[in-house]
Amino acid sequence: MRREFRLAGAGGQGLITAAIILAAAAAEHTEYNAVQSQSYGPESRGGSSKADVIIADEEIDYPEVKNPDVLLVMTQEAFDKFAPGVRPGGTIIVDDTYVKDVPPVDANIMRYSISAKAKELGREIVANIVALGLLVGVTGIVPEDATLQSVLARVPKGTEELNEKAFLAGVQAAKEIV
Amino acid sequence: MNGSKPKLLQGNEACVEGAIAAGLKFFAGYPITPSTEIAELCAARLPQVGGKFLQMEDEIASMAAICGASLAGRKSMTATSGPGFSLKQENIGFAVEAEIPCVVVDVQRVGPSTGMPTSAAQGDVMQARWGTHGDHEIVVLSPSSVLEAYTLTVTAFNIAEELRTPVILLMDEMVGHLREKVVLPEKSELVVRDRAKPDLPPGQYKPYADYGDPAKIAPLAAFGEGYKYHVTGLTHGEDGFPTNNPQAGATQIKRINDKITYRKKDLPQAEELFTDDAEVFVFSFGGTARSAKKAVRDARAAGLKAGLIRPVTIWPFLEEPLLKAKAKKPKAVIVPEMNLGQIVRPVKRVIGDTCPVVGLNKLGGQYIEPDEILEAVKEAILRGSAS
Repeated sequence: MRREFRLAGAGGQGLITAAIILAAAAAEHTEYNAVQSQSYGPESRGGSSKADVIIADEEIDYPEVKNPDVLLVMTQEAFDKFAPGVRPGGTIIVDDTYVKDVPPVDANIMRYSISAKAKELGREIVANIVALGLLVGVTGIVPEDATLQSVLARVPKGTEELNEKAFLAGVQAAKEIV
Repeated sequence: MNGSKPKLLQGNEACVEGAIAAGLKFFAGYPITPSTEIAELCAARLPQVGGKFLQMEDEIASMAAICGASLAGRKSMTATSGPGFSLKQENIGFAVEAEIPCVVVDVQRVGPSTGMPTSAAQGDVMQARWGTHGDHEIVVLSPSSVLEAYTLTVTAFNIAEELRTPVILLMDEMVGHLREKVVLPEKSELVVRDRAKPDLPPGQYKPYADYGDPAKIAPLAAFGEGYKYHVTGLTHGEDGFPTNNPQAGATQIKRINDKITYRKKDLPQAEELFTDDAEVFVFSFGGTARSAKKAVRDARAAGLKAGLIRPVTIWPFLEEPLLKAKAKKPKAVIVPEMNLGQIVRPVKRVIGDTCPVVGLNKLGGQYIEPDEILEAVKEAILRGSAS
């Protein structure tokens, strides 16, 4: 088993954090191996940002994702750039708050207003955690409760409650979409 | 942070945890991508273990500060990337000449100059070897996984302390920023070497004693423990005071080189995979070796006899595994590296004209992919069979 995930959007949307939490949940709460890598520009806000996670039951040599099984995109630019590279028949999770133009690709496309939901919960900054809940709910790659533990261990002190709400909202959304 | 529980850890974080496990007590640095997490984590962790973190005004001062701290008896480290590594070279030479143990981490990024700050490269191979001037040996280790970033940092401190010399941990962005599942060794499993104390009283102690035996290195007295001696970058005698005596100068320079070459066999050697019956060898280090390993495994799965040599110590250069490969009359040695061809040069020197030595080079911060190496292996086998 080897599953590849790519989380892409803009710097500041927290996708590297979401990827770290996903990899940590797999590494620290399952038997699987996990690696996480990223690429980003010199700017900390606004530039493009991409984070990759590989979860496997074997040794992971090359850590970069080439054709992700699951792609999460939170900007139009990220969709345009990475959707064509998704493994045929893979899954694309689209934040339709920002991604409006979704031409057909050979993948299951799941739309949800991730950023809008986060805003409704209190702060858009937790959109990454809504997205993580959605991704884990849709794929079942790591147990939801283990992932929530990793969320709570890695978000800033004082934001646990909001992040938990955000994660559970994502998990709930997955149930509605699937 | 020891124990058998699996953790997701970044290469840079693992380096800091390894340093602390090895007894790091002083870090001075000037943060620079992609090494910044090392400084950040040292700032958080060192006060918890009775150590000190200093952010200096620049890289030159950081290197000077760790020399000073080490002379005061504390295990010391700094971390940087290419542009800062250039600046540190003068004081690295000082540490070589004055025989000051310390660890210098260089997490390589694209150069020359400020280059591409967030992108991976392996362009500092030759700078690590010859960045500072004058005849000197230097120990350079290159991890290719997060776990190795931890274990080799411990090893780097051990070598630095035992050989009284700076040790370079040459990482690249790929390993420095990679997060990976690791199970760190228990403290009891780690070998940590502490600095030998002088066995002679002040007055009789010679900080640069020459025993006429490369195995014997004078212990380094800590300033503040009653020993007063002279430390200089000038070529010096056994008491540490400068000398212009040609014979004394030559002896001293020879001695600080010999102490390292003598111990070359004790340095971390190469990891070898499928080398017994290999027809094509891939010689690769650091992050790129991960791609090479995958390529060699894929080649074997396709029935191609490829083997991997991954040097863990980069300098002094490990000839032994290549000489073994050479004796097998291989079809080619492929050398992938994220630069225009640096480690390929000593490989060519060792292999000579026994077989083609093929450089596989990539620039612009892009990783070399396993398939690109696999293609090179296939080509080499085809060409080798045709000739």
